Amino acid sequence: MINKLLIANRGEIAARIIRTCKKMGIQTVAVYSEADQHAPYVAMADESFSLGGPRPAESYMNAGKIIGIAKEAGVDAIHPGYGFLSENGAFAKSVEEAGFIFIGPDSDVIDQMGRKIAARKIMAKAGLPIIPGTDEAVQTSEEAVMFAKQVGYPVMLKASAGGGGIGLQVVHSDDELVSIFENNLKRAQTFFGDGSMFIEKQIANARHVEIQLLADHYGNVIHLFDRECSIQRRNQKIIEEAPSPFISEKTRQAMAKAAVHAAKSLGYTNSGTIEFLVDDKERFYFLEMNTRIQVEHPVTEEITGIDIIAEQINIAAGKQISRNQEAVVRDGHAIEARIYAEDPKTFFPSPGHIKTFKIPESEHVRLETAVKENYDVTPYYDPMICKLVTRGKTRKEAISHLHGALNHLQIEGIKTNIPMLLNIVNHDEFQKGNTTTAFIQKHYLPSIK
Amino acid sequence: MEVQATMAGSVWKINVNEGDQVEEGQDIVILESMKMEIPVSVEKNGVVKQLKVQEGDFVNEGDVIAVVE
Repeated sequence: MINKLLIANRGEIAARIIRTCKKMGIQTVAVYSEADQHAPYVAMADESFSLGGPRPAESYMNAGKIIGIAKEAGVDAIHPGYGFLSENGAFAKSVEEAGFIFIGPDSDVIDQMGRKIAARKIMAKAGLPIIPGTDEAVQTSEEAVMFAKQVGYPVMLKASAGGGGIGLQVVHSDDELVSIFENNLKRAQTFFGDGSMFIEKQIANARHVEIQLLADHYGNVIHLFDRECSIQRRNQKIIEEAPSPFISEKTRQAMAKAAVHAAKSLGYTNSGTIEFLVDDKERFYFLEMNTRIQVEHPVTEEITGIDIIAEQINIAAGKQISRNQEAVVRDGHAIEARIYAEDPKTFFPSPGHIKTFKIPESEHVRLETAVKENYDVTPYYDPMICKLVTRGKTRKEAISHLHGALNHLQIEGIKTNIPMLLNIVNHDEFQKGNTTTAFIQKHYLPSIK
Repeated sequence: MEVQATMAGSVWKINVNEGDQVEEGQDIVILESMKMEIPVSVEKNGVVKQLKVQEGDFVNEGDVIAVVE
């Protein structure tokens, strides 16, 4: 039984988890850094504890301190949210060893999927098509060039331990590869403590489509269909939708079936997402697996009516998934737009004081927010400040609601990407569903010059 | 000439030493703000007379990072 739960995270996802806990009658414990003392999520929790200084290393990444608070507060379980310690196998292990339930899969599976080179091998064995790439870490730029020549440019140079778009770069020539290789390796070493690099061929005209999975401790694995997250800037998602406007029903079923099979062969439990790249002929390739709740999970909740956080908590508590595959049905279309505190043209962050924060009130709009009016956005964390999610009977309807919501969302005092999101949503190609990962480079950036 | 922080963040890397010759457009300091690296460059050729920050320091927008002459 989980009666009391600590959220080892901040911002909108902490608020989101607390909301579900309240519905389930679970007591909540929030943790916060100095920078987040006045954050809305802290006030929502039943209890809250300070983690200390604002830097991630001294607060949300401080596993020892978080487990210490869990003991002091007498919780039953810890939910890691996304980012921070959510995909840190050692943290999951120490949570379990301290006698708490970790809301996520086994630490071994987290580690396996966190090392992208190993994950490629494991998933290939589990039957997923993988992108042509190096089987082992590439040590030198000569080795890198040799492989790139074999598969042909452009290629993606990636950090095995990378994530959130950090440590990944598209490369077009031998010269470019040689000039950046060493530097990227060092950066990966600094950021992730692991300088292993690998190379994948770049898939042309790719779309990013992922399958949401739920798996319990009784061998049940189901999928909650797909999400398309092709609209990205700096390799980070900004607009996500469910279902994908591109793939056929046949491809959708094939991807879902392959993802469920892979999760079963991993012995996966809890919520997870397998990300794929899909090319223009609807061939799909394994990209990576996220062993946690995703930022964009609300679009799936909106079209299936399933509370994924509640399922996570119940699965971790030893219950079965609330329904079987046949009972998961799709209804309508949902879109999420991530609102970032950043310049809409340069994508540079814009920390500062939010003077005005007026949100659109509509039955078609769901807002997940980390901020409020008269509130400081600090430079210590990710620039995402809130998410707008809209739904409609059709994609067209969902887009029209999102357009309205973006127009009515008023944030003053800092720069936000709202003008950029409106530009995208208004774009013909977006409305037609021509949403490849190159959308921003191809359609948005030229339009603002 | 004072080189100022273009936004609030922490000093991630300092690429120069006091006394170094620098060229217009050269990134002398890299700030980290909201998980992004923000290079700060000099506007004119010159010599770094004084560095006012250390790696790890927190700076606000407009804070003087270095003096270049």
